[in-house]
Amino acid sequence: MRRFLYRMVSFLMWDLLRGMALTLRYMFQPRVTLDYPYEKGALSSRFRGEHALRRYPSGEERCIACKLCEAVCPAQAITIEAEEQKDGSRRTTRYDIDMTKCIYCGLCEESCPVDAIVEGPHFEYATETREELIYDKQRLLDNGDRWEQQIEQRLKQEARYR
Amino acid sequence: MMRIRIDGQDYHVDDGLTVFEACRRQGIEIPHFCYHERLAIAGNCRMCLVELDSSPKPIASCAMPAAEGMDIRTDSPMVKKARHGVMEFLLINHPLDCPICDQGGECDLQDQAMAYGRFHSRFDENKRAVAEKPFGPLIKSSMTRCIHCTRCVRFATEVAGIEDLGALGRGENVEIGTYVEKALTSELSGNMIDLCPVGALTSKPYAFKARSWELRKTDSIDVMDAVGSHIRLDSRGTEVMRVLPRRCDAINEEWISDKTRFAYDGLKLQRLDRPWLRHSDGVLRPSDWQTIEDVCVEKIKQTDGTRIAALAGELCDCESMFMLKELLDGVSCPHRDCRPFGTFLPWQERWQYLFNTTIAGIEEADACLLIGAYPRYEAALVEARLRKRYLQGGFQGRAFRVGTKLPAHWQIEDVGESPHSLTELADSGHRVAQAFKQAKKPMIIVGMGALQRSDSEAIWHHIMALVQAFGVIRDDWNGFNVLHTRASMVGGMDVGFVPSQGGEARKGIEERARQGSIDVLWLLGEDDVDEETLKKPFVIYQGHHGERGASAADVIVPVPAYSEKDALYMNMEGRLQRGLPAVPPLGQAKEDWRVLTDMANRLGQTWAYQSQRDARRAMQKAYPLFAEKIGNIAAKKEKIELSYRQNGHSDVLNDTPLHSPLVNYYQSNVIARASQTMGRCVSELGGAVATKEKAK
Repeated sequence: MRRFLYRMVSFLMWDLLRGMALTLRYMFQPRVTLDYPYEKGALSSRFRGEHALRRYPSGEERCIACKLCEAVCPAQAITIEAEEQKDGSRRTTRYDIDMTKCIYCGLCEESCPVDAIVEGPHFEYATETREELIYDKQRLLDNGDRWEQQIEQRLKQEARYR
Repeated sequence: MMRIRIDGQDYHVDDGLTVFEACRRQGIEIPHFCYHERLAIAGNCRMCLVELDSSPKPIASCAMPAAEGMDIRTDSPMVKKARHGVMEFLLINHPLDCPICDQGGECDLQDQAMAYGRFHSRFDENKRAVAEKPFGPLIKSSMTRCIHCTRCVRFATEVAGIEDLGALGRGENVEIGTYVEKALTSELSGNMIDLCPVGALTSKPYAFKARSWELRKTDSIDVMDAVGSHIRLDSRGTEVMRVLPRRCDAINEEWISDKTRFAYDGLKLQRLDRPWLRHSDGVLRPSDWQTIEDVCVEKIKQTDGTRIAALAGELCDCESMFMLKELLDGVSCPHRDCRPFGTFLPWQERWQYLFNTTIAGIEEADACLLIGAYPRYEAALVEARLRKRYLQGGFQGRAFRVGTKLPAHWQIEDVGESPHSLTELADSGHRVAQAFKQAKKPMIIVGMGALQRSDSEAIWHHIMALVQAFGVIRDDWNGFNVLHTRASMVGGMDVGFVPSQGGEARKGIEERARQGSIDVLWLLGEDDVDEETLKKPFVIYQGHHGERGASAADVIVPVPAYSEKDALYMNMEGRLQRGLPAVPPLGQAKEDWRVLTDMANRLGQTWAYQSQRDARRAMQKAYPLFAEKIGNIAAKKEKIELSYRQNGHSDVLNDTPLHSPLVNYYQSNVIARASQTMGRCVSELGGAVATKEKAK
């Protein structure tokens, strides 16, 4: 009897039908895949993407060259040089991040006393050469200017947990 | 010895200690801000409170003398609460600007706040703000951060000897500052930066440049003066970022002079980073090692040994002078000198050119006579020791000076300016002679102001007569001291970089060069030569800074500066010291031993030196003084026999006052002259007090 049943299962392609049924069921459910370059998923406000250096609303750089991010960086991806500016303020003369070394742990962001270096929501910055992934200060500041609105919003959302 | 109980354990401690010192010597750390072992006790930070069984209130341990049978607790809840309380008060007005503060990472307040601070403030009131005070081109102030420990004030009044700093106001309004707005004019002012436990006083040239944790620390020896201060070079990458003192009780205690501390930016400027060669059209052009070595060797081979001469500059290390001397011996050249122009200083016996009393020994001396010496500029740390001894009351008014009346940081009696006063002093009825007769450990300090004159030889004999008459050299005490200004001079004389048989001394070399009877002049980092001398001979300049010597040179041989080489130095006491390289040599520069070995081998002398160490071993073999343990005074046991010509010799003393040749404290050598910071000091502080005084 059992043998007969096995025969029937394979003869009627029962497994196949079950599979097809599953497929059919998913056809009527909302889809989860994204058509990536044209569609994008939601990002958490804690997402750690491309780095950016922020400015104050007045346009003044936030970074004060305290070098805590450089010290804390476990991948040693950050290089900072600083000097006294003409107005007596403490500012960086060089702020490089080697994005090929960075492990996106977010410790730089966490150590920053003035919220200057942040990991923004941007993640689409693949390049064709390695050299392009060594960011200098200008590039990071530009990132900051470009993403300021989003970054500010996300920092606000996270503020109460920090 | 007395017995005290600390934290329930009994200890035997020396008499006369404070509770703080007693604890510290047992290895029990007590947090503190205002206490410093080399300064007077102030007891105003209150951080060192401890519990004493017989006292109802906690006591300030730094100011409380330890007594027999005391029962001290440094770990009780009361002590802990007291420390927390004091810290909270200190932090009321201390700004939260650690991220932009240069002291961050090496700050006493920061460290101790980690142990005793609350993590939140209970004060809603505004913090107070204090205006910045101008302290000159070297010290940057941020007086809002000040916690009024008064270490700087005490340092200025006690060690540096300038009573310009003080605390003004009471209570919350107290401010540290100069009473009238002025820059600090001390040669030791930089030490206040180290003393400040917070970031109120920081280094101006170093401002915002680096963080303490990213610097590589190298122990080295200072070459800015002949004191040979122990220093630490802090470097990042290939750059020296700052210079700090190392503790050395025998020499610099824990101070260094401002030139030592701030001239390091000269190491980056005006450097010779590649070989240069003067072409037939008279223009210096960059060259390569092969070519310049060929040119030098060819020139030396063609020239007779007696028409070659060499002069060593003030920053040279002992090995390079030894090797150049060996090289010159190989071509039978007798003319060489490491002493500046017109110096009369015998080298045959070692005691004749040393600071025999030793710097620490000044603290035993009970009478002092300066002859043409101006330690304030020539060796600021010797001045600090003399002042220390003066404050101890050791001289009892028996401190005299023959020489120009320049401002000193301690009380000294002027007994004449011209060398003629030396003859007067020798008269047994003279005040000085009588004072020296009473003294048990008298010392005479002879400066370059007395030895670099046309009548130096006569002065020397007069001084020797004084040494004899005053009994300055005794069996257990040698009070004869030469105050050197050049770091290389004692080393140079020790390795025999002085004219050998039939050789000319500095003066003769220069005269011959001007006449044209010297064909090759080898300058080993020597820049104090006038153009006239360098016109005729073929000049080989082996050095690291492009200045007078290099601009007149026909071949420039680039070698590392003191921060870039492992080398031995002899300080003015005859103490063997070793400096280690903090950064690699600049550009194409090659170490001295490499250059000289290459040249010597090409000249047909077979030197088998494979490394600096080989060269050093050869030197130690030739001069056992250098085999002495590093840091010891390389002493040669010798019986001191005074020899001097009695009065009546032909040399005549002239009337010009004995004046220190070092008129510009801040720019006395190539590194300091290349330094922008030192330039700023001269323009803002007028580093040439002596010149101004002279003009008057």
